[in-house]
Amino acid sequence: MSIAVTVKNILKTYGKKKELVTALQDINFDVKTGELFGIIGPDGAGKTSLFRILTTLLLADSGTATVDGFDVVTDYKQIRKRVGYMPGKFSLYPDLTVQENLAFFATIFNTSIDENYDLIKDIYIQIEPFKDRKAGKLSGGMKQKLALSCALIHRPSVLFLDEPTTGVDAVSRKEFWEMLKRLKEQGITILVSTAYMDEASLCDRVALMQDGNIMSIDTPAQIVANFGRTLWAVRSGNMLHLLDELNTMKEVENAYPSGTFHHVILKKGYTDAFLQQALSETNNNLEIKAIRPNIEDCFMQLMRR
Amino acid sequence: MKQFIAFVKKEFFHIWRDKKTTFILLGMPVVQIVIFGFALTNEVKNAKIAVLDNAKDAAASSLITQIDASRYFEVSQHLVSYREIETAFRQGQIKMAVVLPLHFEEDLQRYNKAQVQLIADASDPNFANTVTNYASAIIMDYQRRITNNRKLPYTINAEVRMLYNPQMKGAYNFVPGVMAMVLLLVCTMMTAITIVREKETGTMEVILVSPMKPQLVVFAKAVPYLLLSVINIASILLLSVFVLEVPINGNIFLLVGESILFTLVSLSLGLLISSAAGSQQTAMFISLIGLFLPTVMLSGFMFPIENMPLPLRIISNIVPAKWYYIIVRSVMIKGVGLKDVWQETLILSGMMIFFLTVAVKRFKIRLA
Repeated sequence: MSIAVTVKNILKTYGKKKELVTALQDINFDVKTGELFGIIGPDGAGKTSLFRILTTLLLADSGTATVDGFDVVTDYKQIRKRVGYMPGKFSLYPDLTVQENLAFFATIFNTSIDENYDLIKDIYIQIEPFKDRKAGKLSGGMKQKLALSCALIHRPSVLFLDEPTTGVDAVSRKEFWEMLKRLKEQGITILVSTAYMDEASLCDRVALMQDGNIMSIDTPAQIVANFGRTLWAVRSGNMLHLLDELNTMKEVENAYPSGTFHHVILKKGYTDAFLQQALSETNNNLEIKAIRPNIEDCFMQLMRR
Repeated sequence: MKQFIAFVKKEFFHIWRDKKTTFILLGMPVVQIVIFGFALTNEVKNAKIAVLDNAKDAAASSLITQIDASRYFEVSQHLVSYREIETAFRQGQIKMAVVLPLHFEEDLQRYNKAQVQLIADASDPNFANTVTNYASAIIMDYQRRITNNRKLPYTINAEVRMLYNPQMKGAYNFVPGVMAMVLLLVCTMMTAITIVREKETGTMEVILVSPMKPQLVVFAKAVPYLLLSVINIASILLLSVFVLEVPINGNIFLLVGESILFTLVSLSLGLLISSAAGSQQTAMFISLIGLFLPTVMLSGFMFPIENMPLPLRIISNIVPAKWYYIIVRSVMIKGVGLKDVWQETLILSGMMIFFLTVAVKRFKIRLA
């Protein structure tokens, strides 16, 4: 299988010596052609810096990267012809209509709406009823569909989506990921970054990022399989008190709230029987069960290393 | 080319849909010409004066009538004592007082010598200067009339001719100034702001990651403002010819051509500012403080450059508006041809090429 994106020893810092901020610390990974690759991490992990380096907008301090076989520094013109980029911030013209925005981006990419209409049809058809509306007056979900249409209009070989679902409602998010799946079927390589851990499972492979480092790169299933510990979900009548108590127990390796439960990892040699015994006296309605970890649990566990 | 046209079209949409800004850009020259033409004038018209006539004879009253009859003055108060002059000035009712001594006519006829006192409010020195000059002129005129019948031993008559602007109209001075100011504002500030806006809203990010040449983006941004400026040039010239009655004595095509050259200088400056500024506020600040002020102060439009201290005179040479101001005054008012303003034209062309080269060189093909 061919490689669409390679990243080798990329280092990026901002600011002068005194207040040096390291955005990316020696990042390495490859993305295969046609893959839906997720970069998952909280705000400030370095996702946007990485995307800007790959889309030739920023220069790395050191290291090399290629997109579609072209170097991001020397062959930036070639890359700009063949990638689609959707920045995290809504970056279309709010005073132009939906139709005008799309036509404008089609033209500056030397193509027309008709030429690649089949590619964006599924997405664009949803906003077509509003094609004469100013882009600034669209709802968040529609803006994002328009931005995606504009990023796709020239049939890019690699698509970079920087936090496309941030600030979008749950239904639109779901729809968006379904659109990405259909685009992947068209053979487009997609790099998508997100801060939502639950979206990781929708990717072919994910890189978990934290503070400019990639902690793990694998398929979502493998990342979960590599968790290697038993995860307990604990619930009681007084959740706040329960968390305090869990955090003071020396037998507990890690405990954090997650939805309606607290997730607990115990040190080696301890099981739920221990928890039951230790907590039953001070908590009413105590409920303890073993659960399958999700990506967020893996992330929390990786962060502790 | 198709990309370029699409980009220019998009710019026109931006301008056209921002109705308020468009209105300001096109209305500003009209408003400025009207304000400068009718309100901010330092010409004296019907200034109120007081008269203290101690003589009350025929010669005195005929002089007063002559002053009152001129379009510069209007006698609003007849005073009876010297003390009232002070009061009238303090109340701000009058700009000047004319005092005629006792036996005015007698002195004049017997000793061939009489005195008239002019008292002006010098809290506004320029105005005081102007009104006393006008009043002296009227008195001289009066004197000449009554001495007409007599033979004087020696007379030197200074024949003054005001070339190019015989009526000493202020409009001749500020029309070129307003043109420089408006073109600078529209071109420099607006181009700078519009490019920086794309950086600020993030659209520049998307455009950079496209096959479109970055230099082309810069030029496409400038085109609509060039067109707006041509409209402004036309409206200023039409207003000054038909409303302020300032003639265009020189070749109109030369005048328009020079104005377009100045527009291009301003546009290049705008592009240069946009490459340096990170936010719309910064762009506006640099345009206003860094350009607008020197244009007003150092172009010769408000204050004569010849009277400035040497350092300011040297600095004034790098203000494009100074050269444009000289060109417009020469072509429009004096009616000279290109052969008399080729040096200034060359300087402006040089500035344009310099600014444009630096702007294009500095335009970032990446974000940082």
